[in-house]
Amino acid sequence: MNNEKDEKSIVVALAGNPNVGKSTVFNALTGMKQHTGNWAGKTVANASGTFSHKGRNFTLVDIPGTYSLMASSPDEEAAREFICFGNPDCTVVVLDATCLERNLNLALQILEVNKNVIACVNLLDEAKKKGISIDLDELSLELGIPVVGTSARSGYGLTELKDIIYDVAAGTKQTFGTKIIYDDKLESCISEVEKTLCTLNEKYDEKLFKDISTRFIALRLIDFDEKLTKSIEDFTGCNIAENESINNSVDSSRKSLCNSGLHQDGIRDLIVEGIVNKARRIYAHCICVCDCCYSRRDRKIDKFLTSKLTGIPIMLLLFGVIFYITIIGANYPSELLSYAFAQVQGWLYIFFDLIHSPPFLTGLLVDGMFKTLSWVVAVMLPPMAIFFPLFTLLEDLGYLPRIAFNMDSFFARAGTSGKQALTMLIVYIILQLVVKKHTHSLFAKKLSQ
Amino acid sequence: MDSNLLSLDNLAVGESGSVHELLSKGNLRRRMLDLGLVRGTYVESLMKSPTGKLTAYFISGAVIALRPEDARCIIINKNL
Repeated sequence: MNNEKDEKSIVVALAGNPNVGKSTVFNALTGMKQHTGNWAGKTVANASGTFSHKGRNFTLVDIPGTYSLMASSPDEEAAREFICFGNPDCTVVVLDATCLERNLNLALQILEVNKNVIACVNLLDEAKKKGISIDLDELSLELGIPVVGTSARSGYGLTELKDIIYDVAAGTKQTFGTKIIYDDKLESCISEVEKTLCTLNEKYDEKLFKDISTRFIALRLIDFDEKLTKSIEDFTGCNIAENESINNSVDSSRKSLCNSGLHQDGIRDLIVEGIVNKARRIYAHCICVCDCCYSRRDRKIDKFLTSKLTGIPIMLLLFGVIFYITIIGANYPSELLSYAFAQVQGWLYIFFDLIHSPPFLTGLLVDGMFKTLSWVVAVMLPPMAIFFPLFTLLEDLGYLPRIAFNMDSFFARAGTSGKQALTMLIVYIILQLVVKKHTHSLFAKKLSQ
Repeated sequence: MDSNLLSLDNLAVGESGSVHELLSKGNLRRRMLDLGLVRGTYVESLMKSPTGKLTAYFISGAVIALRPEDARCIIINKNL
């Protein structure tokens, strides 16, 4: 975690739901080739990169993609820890323009922690294709923070994003944030606990929670979030779980909620309802879905790809085509490579002969190491170079989730999910190749004997 | 009104409704809440998987597939 702040470098956290093009924004801003993939929360450790703009240096920290800051998974915990305790100068939250309603939940939760936030509405081009138009100015007013529209893949809007990061970090652009108003019962409890937290904070000269809003901590305490108290202890050294005044006020508010029929799940429901309803209201104000044709066409294709009659045959046909192209297509470059490596091996024999190396050394280096290595490269490289681009094509077309959807019931019987079908697809093709090459070489050996 | 209440797995393809109550507990409940499934959320059943077990739903702007055992824990107020 990047806690030591370089005096000149401004630390910017990059947050967002999984699959919103967060890593694309990261790469486009920093130019650093960070691996991008399509699985939820693949950025487990915080990756960081730097860029400079208008003569100032920025450190961009890519935090794991999450749906919420409730910390129910290690990824969410890591994301929350960085936003709360990593002292970022500002946080950029990347939102998927095609699915803004759900994405706003995270933005609102981040705003609860800290109001130095910039919203980056990404995938504007995709949204346009789907006939979704977003009033960015209205969104900015509703959220009380600057909003930038981008299409990171084509680079649209990134300069503006840098400008705004610069302005917010330098303090020339103010962010106001927005407050989620919860149910009345919950609100009175929050203000009660918040008061206690503020008194505690004063004792520590306001240093204890300087970047985190006490309202957020109060809410998490009422929600019985032990991970947050643990994190506060880890990062500030103050064990609020054992602070009597805080414990008392949290206990009494939980008791009063309990008396009105709200237990653990009920409290959580109220909190999430507050967030979701606010997101829904903002969404209704700022978004206009003009043309449903695209999604209707999408659904028609989906019906075709996943129906009882055609779903599985189409999938098997596609697999067959891919396997055929991979296995047959790989033969030619494989043979070429084998031939080239055999040539090199011949030269190596000559070279080792020239330097009078003992037979055991020649055997070890040439027959052992070189031959095995070249065999593996010749067999594995061409099919991989063919298969993975094809796989990427399927991913870009969005067919992979449909495979998972079609296959789920089979994998459910083995206690796993349809997503594993994709892993098995890769493993299967590798096995196929190894077995094929192995029998091939055995056969060749027999012939030569 | 009460006759419109049913669990999500009983919602036929093409039908829609709004969430009335979540019965799931623990981690699964959190996942559902993360998806935006709270009281009043609009849900539409889009399609079933080839084996007819998994169903894809339209939930707050996204298409999400749920297994019947998970969908059973969501009580829906069906739109007529």
